[in-house]
Amino acid sequence: MSRSPHNRDERLQALLMPLLAIVTALILGGLLIIVSDLQVIAAFTRIPRQVAVPFTNPETEISLEEALWRHPNEVVIGDAVEVKGKQLRVVGDVRDATTQIGLDEARALYPELGPGVTIHFTFFQKPAVGLRAAWRAVRVAYVALFEGSIGNPRQMAQALAAWLRGDPSLLNRAFYPLSESLVTSTPYILTGLAVALGFRAGMFNIGAEGQYFVGGLTSVFVGYSLKGLPLWVHLPLTLLAGIVGGGLWGSIPGWLKAKTGGHEVINTIMMNYIAFALSDWLLNGPMMRPGGFRPISPEIEVSARLPRFFGGDIRFHAGFFLALVMALLVYWLLFKTTIGFELRTVGANPSAARYAGISLTRSMVLAMFLSGGLAGLAGANDITGLIYYMPNAFSAGYGFDSIALALLGRSHPLGVVLAALLFGTLRAGATRMQSVAQIPIDIISILQAMIIIFIAAPEIIRAIYRIKQRRAQEQPPEADIVEGVQA
Amino acid sequence: MSAVVTIVDPEAKRRSRALGMTFIAMGLIIYVFFVRSSSPGQLATFGLNPGRQTAATPIPNVTLPVLASLYAMALVAVALGVVQLVRGFGRAQDLVLGLVAGLLVLGFLTWAARDQSLNLIGILETAVQRATPIALAALSGILCERSGIVNIAIEGMMLTAAMVSALVGSLAGSMWVGLLAAVLSSGALGALLAVLSIRYKVNQIISGTAINILATGGTSFISAKFLTQYQHLNNPGKFSNWPVPVLSRIPILGPVFFENNLIVYLLFGLLIVLHVMLYHTRWGLRTRAVGEHPRAADTLGIDVFRMRYINVLLGGMVAGLGGVFLVLGSVPRFDELMTSGKGFIGLAAMIFGKWDPFGAFGASLIFGFTDTFQAKMQILRVPIPSQFMRMAPYLITMIVLAGVVGRAEAPAAEGQVYEKQ
Amino acid sequence: MAPILQLEGITKVFPGVIANDHIDLSLHQGEILALLGENGAGKSTLMNILYGLYAPTSGRISINGQEVVISGPQDAIRQGVGMVHQHFMLVPPLTVTENVMLGDELVHRGIFLDRRRAAARVREISEAYGLAVNPEAIIRTLPVGVQQRVEIIKVLYRSADILILDEPTAVLTPQEVLDLFVIIRRLVAGGKSVIFISHKLNEVMELADRVVVLRRGRKVGETTPAETTEEALATMMVGRSVSLSVDKSPARPQESVLEVSGLDVLDDRHQLAVKNVSFEVHQGEIVGLAGVQGNGQTELVEALTGMRPSISGTVRIDGHDVTNASPRQIIEHDVAYVPEDRQQDGLVLDFAVSDNLILNTYYRPPFARGIGLQRDVIDASARQLVQDFDVRTPGIDTAVGNLSGGNQQKVIVAREFNRPIQLLIASQPTRGLDVGSIEYIHSRIIAQRDGGAGVLLISSELDEVMQLADRILVMFRGELMADLPADEAGRDQLGLLMAGVSNAQAQPQPEEVSGS
Repeated sequence: MSRSPHNRDERLQALLMPLLAIVTALILGGLLIIVSDLQVIAAFTRIPRQVAVPFTNPETEISLEEALWRHPNEVVIGDAVEVKGKQLRVVGDVRDATTQIGLDEARALYPELGPGVTIHFTFFQKPAVGLRAAWRAVRVAYVALFEGSIGNPRQMAQALAAWLRGDPSLLNRAFYPLSESLVTSTPYILTGLAVALGFRAGMFNIGAEGQYFVGGLTSVFVGYSLKGLPLWVHLPLTLLAGIVGGGLWGSIPGWLKAKTGGHEVINTIMMNYIAFALSDWLLNGPMMRPGGFRPISPEIEVSARLPRFFGGDIRFHAGFFLALVMALLVYWLLFKTTIGFELRTVGANPSAARYAGISLTRSMVLAMFLSGGLAGLAGANDITGLIYYMPNAFSAGYGFDSIALALLGRSHPLGVVLAALLFGTLRAGATRMQSVAQIPIDIISILQAMIIIFIAAPEIIRAIYRIKQRRAQEQPPEADIVEGVQA
Repeated sequence: MSAVVTIVDPEAKRRSRALGMTFIAMGLIIYVFFVRSSSPGQLATFGLNPGRQTAATPIPNVTLPVLASLYAMALVAVALGVVQLVRGFGRAQDLVLGLVAGLLVLGFLTWAARDQSLNLIGILETAVQRATPIALAALSGILCERSGIVNIAIEGMMLTAAMVSALVGSLAGSMWVGLLAAVLSSGALGALLAVLSIRYKVNQIISGTAINILATGGTSFISAKFLTQYQHLNNPGKFSNWPVPVLSRIPILGPVFFENNLIVYLLFGLLIVLHVMLYHTRWGLRTRAVGEHPRAADTLGIDVFRMRYINVLLGGMVAGLGGVFLVLGSVPRFDELMTSGKGFIGLAAMIFGKWDPFGAFGASLIFGFTDTFQAKMQILRVPIPSQFMRMAPYLITMIVLAGVVGRAEAPAAEGQVYEKQ
Repeated sequence: MAPILQLEGITKVFPGVIANDHIDLSLHQGEILALLGENGAGKSTLMNILYGLYAPTSGRISINGQEVVISGPQDAIRQGVGMVHQHFMLVPPLTVTENVMLGDELVHRGIFLDRRRAAARVREISEAYGLAVNPEAIIRTLPVGVQQRVEIIKVLYRSADILILDEPTAVLTPQEVLDLFVIIRRLVAGGKSVIFISHKLNEVMELADRVVVLRRGRKVGETTPAETTEEALATMMVGRSVSLSVDKSPARPQESVLEVSGLDVLDDRHQLAVKNVSFEVHQGEIVGLAGVQGNGQTELVEALTGMRPSISGTVRIDGHDVTNASPRQIIEHDVAYVPEDRQQDGLVLDFAVSDNLILNTYYRPPFARGIGLQRDVIDASARQLVQDFDVRTPGIDTAVGNLSGGNQQKVIVAREFNRPIQLLIASQPTRGLDVGSIEYIHSRIIAQRDGGAGVLLISSELDEVMQLADRILVMFRGELMADLPADEAGRDQLGLLMAGVSNAQAQPQPEEVSGS
C-alpha cells in the first residue's frame, strides 16, 4: 500500500518537534540561569547593591558580586583586589550577615557609589565581559548537568581502560552518575506509561501520584509482613501487590466515570489526597515501624528486594529492566491485542465503540486499572529497589511529571521510555548542578513545563523556527459536504 | 395555538427522593454512631466566647445534655427526611440539606465533646481562616469554568502569588505593593492559561498542568536561589486584623466573621460582587451563555474568546488573592509548596457548591471546618483517626460529583475548545 | 418594487469544494421565499454567508438597495437580518427572557439586567405574532416547538426585517408544523420578509410565494408554486426524473427474523418515545420505517440494537429473545447495523480504514487468535474489501476521517455486509450522499435482501422508503400507524399517516398536508 507523501512529512515533523521543544526549553533554561546569576548580572551592570545584597566586611573581604562590580573583568574567588588602597580578598558568598551596612554608611565608605539605586548597564561599553560571564555561567551549569547525569567522559574512559587492565576500582565512581540517572528514570518510565495508556483509552489519569502511594503501601506491606519466602516467590508477590493496589485505586475513578459520568480528572485528584491521608494514617498506626516514633513502615525482607548488579554505592537495580519489559508489554497490549483495540477505540470515539459492542464500563475500568497498576508498580519499584521501607514523604511529584512524559512521548510506549530517560537524567544531573553551580534543582521542573507547553502548542515552536505547515483546512458545514462537487 | 407547556423533569423527582433518603440516613447515622455510644447524664459544654480579647459582647457558654440533644437532632433529621419524601421542599431543598448536614456536624461535635468542653468559637474562627484561601480558589474556579475554561492551575497561581507577595512585599517594603504585584503575577498565569487554551487550543487540563509545574518549579527555584539565602527578602509583614465597627460586637458572628484581616474582607466583598455580577449583569449573562453554549452566544454577536480571556484573567487574579492570604494574611513568609493542595480543594469546593459563589463559600467553610476540627480531634480523644477527617472533603466531593446527593452539573461547554466558524 | 435583499454572484469555495457557485437571489418585502434543495446543495452555506458566519469568496449583498459587507452576526443583526438555526442556538439552563436578551441586553443603572422590561418585550412580541411563550420558563423544560418560537422571538426582538428559517420543520411534529406556518404567515402580514429553507416539497408548495431551487451549489431554477408542481420541483432539485426506479425483483419473504412485540422505550428526557410497537421483519424482504424525524424511530432502532433499554415488550431475533441484550450479543446473532450518524457512531475517524473495517469483528477469528490481533489477516481482508466495495482511499492505512462522506459510508457498508447476516438495520443510510453513492448503497441493500437477509430500513426520506421497501411501516409520535405492502401504499396516504391521520384511506385528504 502506498503511503501519501504528507505522511512522511508528518512523521519527520513528529520527530523534529519534540527535539526542537527540548532544545528550546534548554535555551530558555540557559537564559534563566543567566538572569538569575548575580555574578552575571554584576558583570553586565553596575548596581549599587545596598538593597539587595548586603556588603561583606570591607575590612578583609568583599563579595564576588561586589568585586565584579568594581572590577568588571573576570574576578575569581580568592583574588586580591584593591578598594581605596586597601587589599581585600574576594569571597564567593556573603559570610557575615552582621556586618551589613546601611546605604549612608556605604556611601561614606565608597563615595563613588553615587546616589540611589540606579542601574548602569555596562553592556554596551564592554559586552565581552558580560557575555563571557554569561557563557561561563551557562557552561558551568550545563557541564555539571551533563556530568551529573551521564558522567565525565574522560573519567569513564579511564575507568574502562583501567578495568580492562584488571583494575575495577575506578568504575564505581565514573559510572555512578549514569546509574543514578537510570534509577531515577525507572519510576518515570512506569508512571509515564500509566498516563500514556490512560490517554490512549480516553482517560485523563491525573492521579498517578496517589496510585504510586497506594502501590507503595500495598507492596511494602507484602514485603515486610510475609516472612521466610524464597526470593522468586516473595519479590513477584511484592511487585504484584503494588500493581493490584495502584490498579484498584485507579479503577475507582474509572468506574465512577463509567457509571455516573463523574469526571476522572477531579476524581483522581481527590483520590490523591485521600491516598496521602490514608498513607499518613497507616504509617502512624497499623503499619508504623515497631518501637519507632517516626511515620515509617518496617523494612521489607531481603527476599522482597530487587537485585542490584554492582557493589558499592551503585544503586542501579533490576527495576530498570522491569520497566522496559512493561513498556514492551504495554506496546503489545495496546497495538497487538483485541484488548488494546477496545481501549483505543473507546479512547478515540466512545460512541462508535458502544455501537461496535464494546462495553464502555469494562474498558474504562480496565484502562484505569492498568494505568493505576503501572503507577502502583512504580511505587513498588521504588520500595523494592531503592528505599526498602515506606516513608511518609514518599513521592516526588510523579503525578504531574508523568503527564509531561506521556505528552512528550506522544502516548507511545517507546516515546515514553525515551522521554523518561531524558527527564530521569535531567533530574539526576540537576543534583550535581545544584552543588557545583548553585542552581536549584527546581530548574528541571521549569524545563519540563516549557517542554509540555511547546509540545502541546506546536504553533509556538513553528513560529520560533519558521516551520511551515500546510494550513488547516476550512471545512464546509456538515450538511453541505457532498463529494459530487469536488472542485 | 398550543398552550404553554412545561415538562416535569423526572430526574428531579428521583433526586428529590434520594435527598429525602439522605436526610433520614443522616438522622440514622446520628442515632447509630453517636446516640448509642453516649450514656445518660453526660454533658457537653461549648465555649461561645473567643479565648482572646475581643470587641464582642461576652455571652454565657452552652451546656447540652448529650443524649437528649442527640436524640433531638436525629429526630429532626429523620422528620425533615420524611417531609422531603412526602411533600418535598422544592427550591428550599438545598438549604434543608445544609441544615441537616449542620445537624450531623453538631451531633458529631456534641458527641465528641461529651464530658468535656469545647471552644466552638475558637474552632469557627480558625475554620474561617482556613476556608479563606479555599474559597478564593473556588471563586477563581467559578470565574473560569462559568465561561467554559477548566482551570486546574489554581494551585500554581496561588503558589506564584504567594511567592511574589513575599518577595515584592519585602523588596518594596510595602504589603500593598506586594499584594498588587502578586495579583498581577497570578493574573499573568491566567493570561498564559487563556492564551494556551484559547489561542493555541491546547487541552485545558494539559495547559493547567503545565502551569502548575511551571509555578512549582519557578517558585521553588526563586525560593532556593534567593529567599532562603537572603532572609530579609522573605519578610513582607502581615495584614493585621481589623474589627469591623458595630458588626464585630455581635456575639459569635462578630469574632468569627468581622474580626479578620483585609483579605478575608476582600473575599466577602468578592462573594457579593461576583454573585451580583453573575446573575444580574450583562457580563454575567454573557459569561454563563458562553460557558453553556458558546455557539449560541457567537451567533448573537458576543465575542466568545474575549469573554473567556477576561474571565480567566480575572480568575487568575482572584486565585492570586488566595495565595496572598497564605503569606500576608497568615504566616508572613513564603515556604516552598506552601499551598499544599488548597487550589485543588478549592476546585472541590466549587463543585460541591454547584458553581455558585455562595454555594462554594459554604463548601469552603465546611472544608475549613473539617480541617480545623481534625487537628482538635486528638485533644478531644475522639476515637477516630484524624486522617479520616482529613479525607472527608475529598470523599464528599466525589460523592457529590457522582450525583448521589443532588447532582452537580458543570457548565456544558466546560473544557471544550471553541472553534469559530 | 425594489427587493429588500439582493444577492449577486455569491460564490463560496472551500478547499476542494465549491459550495456556492455564482448564486443570484432577491427577496421582496412581505414575501416568503423558499430555498429548496437536497442536503448538501449549498443552502446552509448561502444563508451562513448572509448571516455573516462565512465570508463569501466573491459576490455582493445589497439590503434595501445599499451594498453591505456582513462580516459577522453582529453586522447581520444591525442590517435587520435574523436567523433561526436548524440546531437551536438556545442556552438550556437560562430562561426565555435571558436567551432572548442575550447579546442585546436591556439594563438599568448601566450594568444591571432589566429582566422585567425585557420580559415585557418578549410578552409583547409573543402576543403580537401569537407565539404563546412564557418569558420566565427555563429553556430546558420547553418542548421543541416552543423552543423554536423562542428562536423566532429572539430574531424579532432584534427588530429583524428579514428572517431566515433554516430547515425549521425538521424536528417538528405535523401539528407544530401547522402552527409554525400560521406564525410565518402572520410575520409576513406584519411586514416581515422570510427565507424558508427546506427540502420538503409539500411544505414549499404550501407556504412559499416564490421558490428558488439549488443543486450542487448552483441555482437551477426559480418559480412560484402556482406555476409548478411537486414533480417539476423534485426534478429540478435532484437533477433528473425522481421516478428513478430501483431495479429490484419482487420480494420472496420467508420466515421471520425480527419479531418486536409491545415495545416501550423512553427517550433521554424519560418520556415515552416508543409506545407499544409490534412488527415483524422476514427474511428476504425490506421493511421500510417511514416517519418525520423525531417520532421515535431513533429510540426504536437504539432499542433494537442494544443501545437503549426498553421498559416493556420483547425483541426476538431469529427466535432468540434479545430484549435488552447488549450490542455485542445482538451482533452475535448476525445482525448488521448502519447507524444514523456515521461519523459519530459508525466510524472512528482517527483510525485507519483497515481498523474501521474490523470495528465490531476484531475479537473473532480470523482477525484475532486469543487476544492477539492477526494484523496480516486484517490487512489482507481490508485490501479485499476496499476493492470489492469500491472505497476510494489512498490506502488502507489512511485515517477514515480523510475520506469523503460517500466513501466513509462505503467503509461501514463493507464492514457490515462482509459477514453472513440475517438482519440488516440501516438507519438513514444515504443521508447527505451524492446520487452515485446513493444508488450504490441501494443496490447493496437489495443484494442483501436477495441474499436472504431481512432488512429494516429507517429513513425520513419518503421516496427512499417507497423505492426500496417491500413493506412500509409508518411511525408517528412513537406509535406505529400502519403496516402496508409497498405497492398498495400511495404517497399521499403515507404522508397522511406520517402526520398522524390513521384512517387515511377512508377520509378525503385535508388541504394542508396534501401536496400534489
